[in-house]
Amino acid sequence: MTLSRATSPTEAFGVRDGPRTRGRWLVPITLSLLALGGLGWAALAPIEVASRDELFEIPRGTWARRMAGEKIEILPQTIRLTLGLNDVLLLRNADEVPQVFGPTLLMPGQSFSLPFASASTYSFTCTAHASGQLNVIVEPTPAPGWETLGWRLRKLTHTVWRLAGLPEWHNH
Amino acid sequence: MRSNPAWLKHTAILVMSLLLAGVVANTFASAGAGPALKAGVFNPPRLAPEFSLRGSDGSEVTLARYRGKVVVMAFGYTSCAAVCPMTLATLTEARSSLGEAADAVQVIYVTVDPERDDADRMKDFLTSFDPSFVGATGAPDVLAAVRQNYFVTAIKHGTGGDYVMDHTSSIYLIDRTGKLRALMPYGHDAADFVHDIKMLLVQ
Repeated sequence: MTLSRATSPTEAFGVRDGPRTRGRWLVPITLSLLALGGLGWAALAPIEVASRDELFEIPRGTWARRMAGEKIEILPQTIRLTLGLNDVLLLRNADEVPQVFGPTLLMPGQSFSLPFASASTYSFTCTAHASGQLNVIVEPTPAPGWETLGWRLRKLTHTVWRLAGLPEWHNH
Repeated sequence: MRSNPAWLKHTAILVMSLLLAGVVANTFASAGAGPALKAGVFNPPRLAPEFSLRGSDGSEVTLARYRGKVVVMAFGYTSCAAVCPMTLATLTEARSSLGEAADAVQVIYVTVDPERDDADRMKDFLTSFDPSFVGATGAPDVLAAVRQNYFVTAIKHGTGGDYVMDHTSSIYLIDRTGKLRALMPYGHDAADFVHDIKMLLVQ
């Protein structure tokens, strides 16, 4: 007795492959493998960032606009940072007058760069908010695997959000 | 008939290589260099606002008096139950760790409670931490002006003799030339102060 060898998914079910049948399987299998490879890379490859600064800037002319009655909010009540990725809060006063910005007073053209070395929640005095506080939540560096994959997906969503011209997303 | 086309094998190899590359790169990745100081840094630094206050050592306390030294300046009050003792204990440990370099460091502790904190009371309080620490007090309006210049808040809660003062707990680092270089938020340990003070001493 001769046993026939199943050589493709269709043959395994007793259907003979023709060239067109094989083509129908090869494309989805290849795409699935590529998608799997992409997800694997996104989950395991280290995240590299050009800068660890999370910048908030008071634009030039802000004081004049406020004096004209315009309500301008620059710092959100809560800022979320991630250790090793964006763990430096950078505040810059590009206006022409001194400004109280977050936990400090900045002269025109001056910036304040505050690094965070531990994952925790930090509270600073900030008169710009009704609560009088600015909260900075520093989250741990995402571990390789699901956390890194999740971080990349959130970043991608954020980027698409901004490219779509939707209102600024402040990670509340 | 061939069961596995060559290009399908190559794709599988490519996928496995991507996964492997991810693992290897993640293993050897470095976090990268962080900012130079542990404290928040002002850029460019400006001259620290000058003041003239009564010192716990009986003399006038000004920043000009300490040119050539790194000044570590904290705001608080001697009746503070939690924040100030922790801050002063941390600075005591930091100064102790600096060895001979500690001579080039001056801690100034400015009161936010002139009603209770006279020079003698501040001296007694600070001596229990480090006799070299200098307390600074003065008239309420003079101290209010100092706080405004440094964006320090102090809010009184309660009445009678048991009131408390909510106050800014960050600590200012002023370099040898009198420039306000950095702001250390509350909660940093002595090693962070030692790190930053050493850097400011050599600049």
